[in-house]
Amino acid sequence: MNAQAPALRDPRLNRPEPLAPPLGDGGFFQRDRSIHPPAHAPGYKSSVLRSPRQSLLSLEGSVSEITGPVFGENDLGPLDNDLIRNYAKDGDPVGERIIVHGRVLDETGRGVPNTLVEFWQANAGGRYRHKKDTYLAPIDPNFGGCGRALTDDTGYYYFRTVKPGPYPWRNYVNSWRPAHIHFSVFGSGFAQRLITQMYFEGDPLIPICPILTTIPDKDALDRLVAPLDLNASAPFDSLAYRFDIVLRGQRSTYFENRTAGN
Amino acid sequence: MPQPLNYLKETASQTAGPYVHIGLIPAMAGFDIFEKNFSNVLVTPNTKGERITLEGRVLDGTGTHLRDVLLEIWQANAAGRYNHPADRSSGALEEEFRGWGRAGSDFESGFVTFETIKPGAVADKAGRRCAPHINLWIVARGINIGLNTRLYFSDEEAANAADPVLNLIEQPVRRKTLIATRSERGGKVVYSFTINLQGPEETVFFDV
Repeated sequence: MNAQAPALRDPRLNRPEPLAPPLGDGGFFQRDRSIHPPAHAPGYKSSVLRSPRQSLLSLEGSVSEITGPVFGENDLGPLDNDLIRNYAKDGDPVGERIIVHGRVLDETGRGVPNTLVEFWQANAGGRYRHKKDTYLAPIDPNFGGCGRALTDDTGYYYFRTVKPGPYPWRNYVNSWRPAHIHFSVFGSGFAQRLITQMYFEGDPLIPICPILTTIPDKDALDRLVAPLDLNASAPFDSLAYRFDIVLRGQRSTYFENRTAGN
Repeated sequence: MPQPLNYLKETASQTAGPYVHIGLIPAMAGFDIFEKNFSNVLVTPNTKGERITLEGRVLDGTGTHLRDVLLEIWQANAAGRYNHPADRSSGALEEEFRGWGRAGSDFESGFVTFETIKPGAVADKAGRRCAPHINLWIVARGINIGLNTRLYFSDEEAANAADPVLNLIEQPVRRKTLIATRSERGGKVVYSFTINLQGPEETVFFDV
């Protein structure tokens, strides 16, 4: 991985800008299920009883799938992308201060503008502010652990937080999650809806994580690992990690029902 | 070697995990962090259409209800128009009605509810009229990639019988897994549904 790539270009891709056909309403590229975890992944035990066993029924994208909710700045508050401040009561949260930034792109390489990105995480000790989390690491009174941002016109987003800690969980008797941040992304159509997790370069728990290793494709797994991006860090303040997210590409309607603006 | 196509690859999905609530519905998880919160109420006093409550549960392979699941719905307004620029149909748009909501299941009972309106019918690409429906997306711990399905309405028998998507389902018995049952409770219209993740009544899920 190359963490020294120029700003705003996915440092893991290092290839020419792909062809971006005009936007249309032709639906989305077929989802390549071979890069996603299968529903039934026995190493991640919770999936066993929660995985459909019938084949999914493939639907050609109709208006119900190519459309999706539209969000705007009015949906957000001013501190929503600052996890260091958005729950602070009497000081800053404990932990390594980090900036996470990147772009939301689609498979054609085009930035996805004005889309909602939401994120949540454990605190620096590996504890979530959730009533079901009983791990012995303490709650941080100054850390909530969630935030959100809208991408700009180029698909760029950023937020500030503290690096989450790893934590144990009940899968095998000694299973630990690598440090990670959960992401939820919308895109322009409901068929692009995606939830994923971002991991941190160099974490030794990555190759042995029962959840991460549900992903059958090594390259797809590597793409969930954010490189340290020293160029984007704030000296004497915060390190930075870069995480680009790719949503399904949108087909164009080249020759049929061409309408103005396509 | 031919020219490389250079398409990017979609980012891989990962489970939403057991703590999805603090990220997506923190107010429901018991802490106050955002000034503005998304919710399971899609309607305002000005919204046109019949008010309905959707009430459902998600069951695992043993028939046990999930108590940590998150659902989102996406729907057209009462005129059959989605609030999105790619819907170029002629139904009247209502700016105030986004058509989207999210809800977590109750931490004990597992029930998920939405307050919305019954959507109007939309047309598919071929211009065929589709039965009114609500698009549903399901994530939880143990679900590795979000599940897409639809809810149709039990009082739309004729429209359901002609619906092009329901008719893609080979076994008629499986079509029933997508039909929410209408009832009235305390003067309110309630549509009840059950999502079975596995088993003989497994819900039909879509690769959209």
